[in-house]
Amino acid sequence: MAAIAFKPGTYRDDFTFRNSEEAIRHFPFPFDKDSYMYAVNIEQHMPGPKKSATEFPIDVDEHYVAEMADRAMVLKEDPLRCQSQPHMITAEWDLLELLMSSMARDYPEHFALLRDGDRWHWINRPLGIEHRFTFGDTTTLPYGPMEYITRQCQGDFCLLDQRNDNLWMDAGIVTTQADWSLDFNLGMDFMEWHGPVPLAHDLGVFDRALKFLLNLQQGRPVRRLNWTMTVNPRLDTSPENYHKWGKDRASVTPENVGEKVHLRVELQALWRLPRSNAIVFSIRAYLIAMREVVTVPKWGRRLHRVLESLPPELVDYKGLTRYRDYTVAYLADYDDGAPTSPGFGPD
Amino acid sequence: MLVSDIKSRPVYQGLRFDPKARRHLVAADDEGAIAVEALAGEGGDTFARNATVLYTGRDDGRARIEALKTDAVYVTPTVPTLLTRLDVILAAAGMTDRLYVAGDEGFIGQVVALGMRHGIDHVSIRTEHRGSLQRRVQCVHCKGITEGVTTSIATCAHCGLHLIVRDHYSRRLAAFMGVCADAEEPGVLPPVEEIFK
Repeated sequence: MAAIAFKPGTYRDDFTFRNSEEAIRHFPFPFDKDSYMYAVNIEQHMPGPKKSATEFPIDVDEHYVAEMADRAMVLKEDPLRCQSQPHMITAEWDLLELLMSSMARDYPEHFALLRDGDRWHWINRPLGIEHRFTFGDTTTLPYGPMEYITRQCQGDFCLLDQRNDNLWMDAGIVTTQADWSLDFNLGMDFMEWHGPVPLAHDLGVFDRALKFLLNLQQGRPVRRLNWTMTVNPRLDTSPENYHKWGKDRASVTPENVGEKVHLRVELQALWRLPRSNAIVFSIRAYLIAMREVVTVPKWGRRLHRVLESLPPELVDYKGLTRYRDYTVAYLADYDDGAPTSPGFGPD
Repeated sequence: MLVSDIKSRPVYQGLRFDPKARRHLVAADDEGAIAVEALAGEGGDTFARNATVLYTGRDDGRARIEALKTDAVYVTPTVPTLLTRLDVILAAAGMTDRLYVAGDEGFIGQVVALGMRHGIDHVSIRTEHRGSLQRRVQCVHCKGITEGVTTSIATCAHCGLHLIVRDHYSRRLAAFMGVCADAEEPGVLPPVEEIFK
């Protein structure tokens, strides 16, 4: 396959992040019908169509270099975004193996992993990194294994320990989150960290999801999509920095909706890990501006209908209250009332 | 019993005597003393002979605790001094010791978090909520803890931001989450209500 042309772009200050036409087609649009309600929408993490976000288990795209630069900035300002409890060290090595082997296999132009027993040689060309280390020996890496590899992989990662018929969020690196705090949630069980989500508990969504995940098998990863909206292409919409970015939500006007308001989709995937029996929970965020969404006619029509009919609890929980109406009005111009075809993809 | 639909908030089951324990380690504050009285009533002489009670708070609670004539009683001037003493006791504790805690939620949370740092599974700690509904709040921005919050919006004792107290509780931090209340329109705050009395 052709090498990826990595694009410059920023996720803060001047916000120069943009999607190319190819990146728009690559975008994991999350609605397969014209309305939205929670569901346990878990499916096998099987290879998707060519050039889609699910073509490979770990997706690397044109924003890779820019996103890794943003992660480094977040960690420099707030090292508490990356934490791991001591019993998670085996899971950290499992994660390093999963990410390095996936990236090297699926993007050989950009990454290489050479193994000689436990002596590993990792090459990351886009970031200019070449490192030889001993698998299992943390003194041979500049960071812990989880932090080392996730500073080189798009998306947030949590490592979930399994015990007492529950999953425990005992490690993670979280710099691109939709308003939740790793520092606060560290050590919580599955029901506890989902505590603030409205409606879904009563629908039994989390009971079913937990039961399913406790039985997750090695070599059979699963995925789901989640979504929210963000003003400006800001990856770090953390509660930690909410006092800095919150005012963005009041900055939307009918004139700037198309540029400012972004659909933010999380491609969440879960893998069972071989040595630790822990689960990796990856949360990869994709951003697309409203003016980019409407370049795909079906997506423009559908997003208009989804936002117009969204239950009020979800409007509030997702933080859309201040700008939902402007966004619906903007999208109305791109909704001619024509029927939309089933499924996620463009027509 | 404190009943709520906050999923991340622990369920405080009440102090039940554990007849299999060799030693009973009990921490209580203020009205927690009433729960310890009931525990002592259930456990009788066995409890009294083998109980170490740490207490901090008002004199009426102190009198209740001292009247139980347990093997050892430590009355401390503050919560932090109680935790310091308990920390050392837990370092020497074993598998046959049972930890109990009764009092307000912030106090329970700090004792449970201390027990967890000594390798005690939180579900094995017997807890009973007594007294105020005031909350211990962590500012998600500066990470500082503000004690004794009774209002829907509180000022962070460390960085001074106005915080909305979210219904989300961290056992590790023994605190509810506080998030900036006027981030979207600085200076514009919802009305402050006293709701955690």
